[in-house]
Amino acid sequence: MDRVIYTAMTGAQHILDQQATNSNNLANVSTTGFKSQIDSFLSVPIKGGSLDTRSFVVNASGGTDFSPGAIKQTGRTLDVAIEGKGWFSVQRPDGSEGLTRNGSFKISENGILQTAGGRNVLGGGGPITIPPNVNISIGADGTISSVDPAVSGSPSTPIDVIKLSNPDEKSLVRGDDGLFKSASGAGFVADPTVKVVNGALEDSNVSVIHSMVNMISLARSFDIQMQLMKNAENSDQHAAQLFNLS
Amino acid sequence: MIRSLWISKTGLEAQQTQMDVISNNLANVSTSGFKKSRAVFEDLLYQTLRQPGAQSSQQTQLPSGMQIGTGVKPVATERIFTQGNLQQTSNNTDIAINGSGFYQVLMPDGTTQYTRDGSFQINSTGQLVTSSGYTIQPPITIPANAQTVTVAADGVVSVTLPNTVAQTQIGQIQLATFINPAGLSAKGENLYAETAASGTPNPSNPGANGTGVLVQGFVETSNVNVVEEMVNMIQTQRAYEINSKAITTSDQMLQRLAQLGG
Repeated sequence: MDRVIYTAMTGAQHILDQQATNSNNLANVSTTGFKSQIDSFLSVPIKGGSLDTRSFVVNASGGTDFSPGAIKQTGRTLDVAIEGKGWFSVQRPDGSEGLTRNGSFKISENGILQTAGGRNVLGGGGPITIPPNVNISIGADGTISSVDPAVSGSPSTPIDVIKLSNPDEKSLVRGDDGLFKSASGAGFVADPTVKVVNGALEDSNVSVIHSMVNMISLARSFDIQMQLMKNAENSDQHAAQLFNLS
Repeated sequence: MIRSLWISKTGLEAQQTQMDVISNNLANVSTSGFKKSRAVFEDLLYQTLRQPGAQSSQQTQLPSGMQIGTGVKPVATERIFTQGNLQQTSNNTDIAINGSGFYQVLMPDGTTQYTRDGSFQINSTGQLVTSSGYTIQPPITIPANAQTVTVAADGVVSVTLPNTVAQTQIGQIQLATFINPAGLSAKGENLYAETAASGTPNPSNPGANGTGVLVQGFVETSNVNVVEEMVNMIQTQRAYEINSKAITTSDQMLQRLAQLGG
């Protein structure tokens, strides 16, 4: 059979993979702090004995769109959004540090500040413990301070500072758990220039328009690959008829 | 069969959960002491199908890897304990909490549950009970011949008895606070139960240890913001549509594939 069918096959196969990534972006259209994945096709020429005529296509989806999502007000004390660039540091189950933009925090039964998924948020020196029965507020630089409502006119007591870092985005890769990490395995240093907003959350940065257009475009490209396979089959059939003796 | 179908399915499920939460909030827009919930989503695990630097052919290497997400999951429906508005009713057994804390309610099975709904009533034995008839803890019994009942900001309940000038103190209402009120489990009837996530209750007198104060003659309205819920509903509906469109598209691609060789 004509080798064109294999070229069309790699096209179709990798279009399906990209459609999966695109669907993942669409599924996370309302996930707080989500950063959309970017796909690209790579052309891989086949080096053979004769002339290079064919290139297979390979899907590569290492990229991430780091543009900030819209900030929406919620009014909840433990909701924090990062304004502009920057990351919150959270603790993975193995103790390593992961980065997230999802600032929908909660306080655990032991008074530890955690993400909604139950990972400890890191402060100046490890996890942050919030004392019971206090009103807390989070400042623009991530400082958590408390006021004891039982004592009128009591001064605010600083508790800890949420660790905010701003590493080079090119050095970040997405971990399999959705948290970002540095490609080289290096740690992150706190950056005092990162600013946060209390009582707000950052929406997903998935562009619905872009994803929908991308979805249509991928579906049409898939149609074309299917057509090519059909053509290959037709040519093959006609070739077979030529050799038909009867 | 193809990943995008299943990934879009997780998107549909997430939006469905969101819609359920919004509907429940809207249904309880005029329930006193009700606290709204919100669905919290996280992206699911990512599959690394190919590491960067893998061989793309014998002679070439891939400059970047391939990582495919597997969709979205709702991780929590989080209750938001912001203060509701205080609405004046002038009914002297309506007692609202201004600030944090919960009334402790003794359940028929002997356990204690917690509520923010302070629209109390008096039962046949003179005890202060919730509108479902459960007594509050510590129990407050109002004498049958009491002429007025006064609840002070610090929870002290006093009554005026006939032919007496001075008021008689008959008890003090206590409030319980939790380190993580969002971890309480909702039981219906405006009641919450303690869980491992909420931590243990710390009972204290109203106004002490950071608890709120009591306001007699007021009820705390639901903290649901109708405008916010409507906007959320529109957003959820559109997100649902988009994900179902992704399913249709994946389906059409499969259809094309099935037509091959037909």
